[in-house]
Amino acid sequence: MFSFYNYVLCCLFMLFFSSSLYISMYCFLPDFKLSNAYNINLTCTKAASIISSRSMDFPSTQFVPSRTMGTYEPIHQIGMWGENFKSIDSPNISPSMIVDVANKLENESETTSHELLAPSGKYDQDASKPLDKIQRRLAQNREAARKSRLRKKTYVQQLENSRLKLIQLEQELERARQQGLYAGGALEVGHLGISGAVNTGIAAFEMGYERWMEEQNKLICELRSALNAQTSDIELRILVESGMSHYLELFRMKSGVAKADVFYVMSGTWKTSAERFFSWIGGFRPSELLKVLVPQIDPLTDHQILEVCNLKQSCQQAEDALSQGMEKLQETVSATLASGQMGQGTYLPQVAIAMEKLEALVNFVNQADHLRKETLQQMSYILTTRQAARGLLALGEYIQRLQALSTVWANRPREPA
Amino acid sequence: MDKVMRLASENGLVLFSKSSCCLCYAVKILFQEIRVTPTVHELDQDPEGREMESALSRLGYSPPVPAVFIGGKLVGSTNEVMSLHLSGGLIPLLKPNHSMLN
Repeated sequence: MFSFYNYVLCCLFMLFFSSSLYISMYCFLPDFKLSNAYNINLTCTKAASIISSRSMDFPSTQFVPSRTMGTYEPIHQIGMWGENFKSIDSPNISPSMIVDVANKLENESETTSHELLAPSGKYDQDASKPLDKIQRRLAQNREAARKSRLRKKTYVQQLENSRLKLIQLEQELERARQQGLYAGGALEVGHLGISGAVNTGIAAFEMGYERWMEEQNKLICELRSALNAQTSDIELRILVESGMSHYLELFRMKSGVAKADVFYVMSGTWKTSAERFFSWIGGFRPSELLKVLVPQIDPLTDHQILEVCNLKQSCQQAEDALSQGMEKLQETVSATLASGQMGQGTYLPQVAIAMEKLEALVNFVNQADHLRKETLQQMSYILTTRQAARGLLALGEYIQRLQALSTVWANRPREPA
Repeated sequence: MDKVMRLASENGLVLFSKSSCCLCYAVKILFQEIRVTPTVHELDQDPEGREMESALSRLGYSPPVPAVFIGGKLVGSTNEVMSLHLSGGLIPLLKPNHSMLN
């Protein structure tokens, strides 16, 4: 099979040959630079030697016959060279080397190529036409490769900058936390205009949540090893109780910060992005929780299946009721704000009334958390100790998976701007 | 308080509410979902609404509405109704009062 590599080898040899020919033909021209000719010869020779020494190592590539041109189109393959080289992972072969050689050829023959190749003559006229095309394509590919390298460089630089910024921000945050208080304007954070008390509440919650998460991960590990090691029911019971009270602790914390800033709880800022995607009134949906848990705690007795079924149904009904209540709240606030003539720029009465109505949001968030708490507790009544342990483990790991998803999503490769 | 207790005993399922209260609306929806029809008293539409509201708040719930009475006895506010429903106790409690089950 006539390999592509050998074809390029032939092309370069032809170039070498033809340029040598032209040099000898035109050395009588007054403006002919002998040094250029010498350089061209040098680089051609270099190219030839490099290629011949590498031709043994390089595996043959597929030829793609081009119907449009009626000739073989090896040029498209050049882009793939890079990939081939990378995948081979061979230290000997360097695509940049050959590109560099080709570059040198191009640069040094630029001034003289016209004089050398343009004149028709009887010498290799048919050979020069495809050669021109090849050279043009080579140049285009080189340009594309150069641009791609530049883009990559820019992207990496942007990443490095973002990393530095992140480290800076984290340090600032740590310093502020150690001071213990976000005083009014002492910190230029996004919560402009919020009173010091609110910021303290939020700061305290975020610190608490970080500790809570660490403790949670520890509990998950303990549950995992306990279940794998076939520990006694009594020891499992202790772990289950810890797990349950740990969740209760979280609901307590949330209730505290909801009083300070209910919108903070609604936004779920302290959670990862994937967790926020599933957020319902400031936390996970109880019915979603059941959907994740139940398949993990098979087998269930018939009685348990019935109870779980009833719980699922009541949960769903309660969720619907709260969801519709929330919708009504939105409608009410919106209608209040939109009431009266608009366009005069005076709206304090509307805003004041809307404020009153908005206070109901705290109740809704509390109700939603209450529903979550009740769902967990009811499940703990229905299940055996071992089942409850498996359930808690499943729930913990589900959240860990959501967090992993958030991280992977944030680090996914993107086209640099 | 008398009026409140009187109204509460008149029907099997009584809900004290306010037409503007969205949490009350949520409780109404819940009853709808389980196919029961409560007797609803809107305090903001009652001439003695203010007194009834203060009477209800004396029962210890804040906000005073929604307040649910079943069989004349106080069940509680949204919290209590939700807990009762999730534990499966709400419907059995309503059953003796057949008249309001659809």
